[in-house]
Amino acid sequence: MTAADETSAVLSPDAPEHLAQAQLRRRGAWRAYEIALWLTAVALIFVLPSKALLLTEVAILALFAVSLDLILGYAGIVSLGHGAFFGLGAYVAGLFARHYFAEPVTGLLVAGVASGLLGFVTSFLVLRGSDLTRLMTTLGIALMLAELANQMAWLTGGADGLTGFTVGPILGLFPFDLWGRTGYIYSLAVLFLATWAARRLANAPFGLSLQAIKANRVRAAMVGVPARSRIVAVYTIAAVYAGFAGALLTQTTSFVSPDVLAFHRSADVLLVLVLGGVGYLYGGIIGAIVFTLLRDWLSVITPQYWMFWIGLVLVVIVMVGRENLARWQTFLPLPTQETLKRVAGLRAGAKRGDGR
Amino acid sequence: MLTILFDGIAYGMLLFIIAVGLSITLGLMNFINLAHGAFAMAGGYITVVLMNRYGVSFYLCLPIAFLVVAAAGGVLERTLYRRLYAAPHLDQVLFSIGLVFMSVAAVQYFMGGQQQLIHLPPELSGRTEIFGVGVGRYRLFITAVCAILVIALQLALSKTRFGSQLRAAVDDGRVARGLGINVSAVFALTFAVGSGLAGLGGAMGAEVLGLDPNFPLKFMVYFLIVVTVGGTSSITGPFAAALLLGIADVAGKYYVPEIGAFVIYAVMVIMLVLRPHGLFAREGSR
Repeated sequence: MTAADETSAVLSPDAPEHLAQAQLRRRGAWRAYEIALWLTAVALIFVLPSKALLLTEVAILALFAVSLDLILGYAGIVSLGHGAFFGLGAYVAGLFARHYFAEPVTGLLVAGVASGLLGFVTSFLVLRGSDLTRLMTTLGIALMLAELANQMAWLTGGADGLTGFTVGPILGLFPFDLWGRTGYIYSLAVLFLATWAARRLANAPFGLSLQAIKANRVRAAMVGVPARSRIVAVYTIAAVYAGFAGALLTQTTSFVSPDVLAFHRSADVLLVLVLGGVGYLYGGIIGAIVFTLLRDWLSVITPQYWMFWIGLVLVVIVMVGRENLARWQTFLPLPTQETLKRVAGLRAGAKRGDGR
Repeated sequence: MLTILFDGIAYGMLLFIIAVGLSITLGLMNFINLAHGAFAMAGGYITVVLMNRYGVSFYLCLPIAFLVVAAAGGVLERTLYRRLYAAPHLDQVLFSIGLVFMSVAAVQYFMGGQQQLIHLPPELSGRTEIFGVGVGRYRLFITAVCAILVIALQLALSKTRFGSQLRAAVDDGRVARGLGINVSAVFALTFAVGSGLAGLGGAMGAEVLGLDPNFPLKFMVYFLIVVTVGGTSSITGPFAAALLLGIADVAGKYYVPEIGAFVIYAVMVIMLVLRPHGLFAREGSR
């Protein structure tokens, strides 16, 4: 704060630097719904202990979707192979626990570093070409990894998956229990820390410059944004996040199979993000909740054919228009809309203090 | 050695027939249609059902597969696809993945998940000797049909009135419209023909590629590689790419089975890094 105080002593309150800082601080402020969401997530540990495994799944998927949101929602890079980083993280965490050290947080960090390295190397490939080229390169990398995991059976166990490793207690203190409660708390903690860091990043000048790149790369370059290095940075960070998510999956289930690298992982996470809304970090989290509930519900009704309904949801979303999902009120019958507006008006009026 | 080369050529020709429709939607209209493999699968299943349940001759099945799938493609274009021509690529990707998922699950529901077999007519099975090289008769049939189709397509695009209308509509839709070309009808017809060719390719390929509900996902990448590597300037680009891919794939799987599938993806990634717009991209194209 001292640096900021010095700045404000020198500058008048409405100097541009000062205004920009105030604006950034306003953007970064915690909203009520965010706090409510996290409190609910914590409360679920006690309210729904029997659903801990499902909740863990949601948390891991949410982290994966937040990771994709960083590159798709903020930098505007369409990727069909984000599962590559997820899968690599999952395998690295499994192999690390098997051969070196069973403590999960260390494994998580190692997996994150490994995925980050892959992300850094491959980020140079997505800098070139059009959306189509990017789709194909990301897809190609993911498929290559899947092929590798399948072929290198001596290391990965091939199609049968990697087994025979145990995950130790977290930090040597908290062992994983049978009901998945520790797993949920662990995943939730990682998700929270990651989201916290991501929203710091997204609301900092770095995140704003990414949005400028997404909107128009040439214009961003004109105002002095180094597009290439920013994209490399955010792609690497997103890869680290996806690696974390993969590692969490390995550690909470004590199992890895080539399924973590399958194409449907990358497609699912796209759907998750789109369900929740692209371009704001909570979209991934909300999408993960909706998606997991939807899948759970559909697979009870039609155990084998839920893929059909997932596909239908995708088609309908696109046909309705992704941007219209956020404006869902406009599809309600008119009287309901007016009631909603009146309620909202009342609340706004109360805030202004004139009671109307 | 020569047998592998020939098998590769037949395989590549087949890939080309399936992918050529995609090279038009994706390459020329700039629409990322990942669901193209679903049309090919539809063609394959139509043939299987007609032959195995109703005893229709294989030669009659091929045109039926083409027509039915073309009609389905035309209907889908009119109802769904055309609305997304101007949409962001993300929307197109989501939409077509949704279609793929739906088709995979629907086929699994109606036909079951097992691999489907086609009983070829006796004159097409077995091998013949040509210049001392053993060649599968069916492979020969595929090559011949595809070669005729390639020439017909090339002529249709470069010599006919419709071909020039299509090229004009693709190059600059606004100007083409101003010249009195019904751009939307041209696109719809092209899309239908492209889907129909995919259906025909799927019908012929059921024997070679195998046919099960995961077909669109399994071969999606191959079709995309043909188009992205081939570029969009003409149909000769994708044709060359399809032949290359077919030969490389067959040879790779024969000589180095351990890394067979790996090579294709690696080649594609390297290719796209070096030439982001494809091997034979035309100057200034997107």
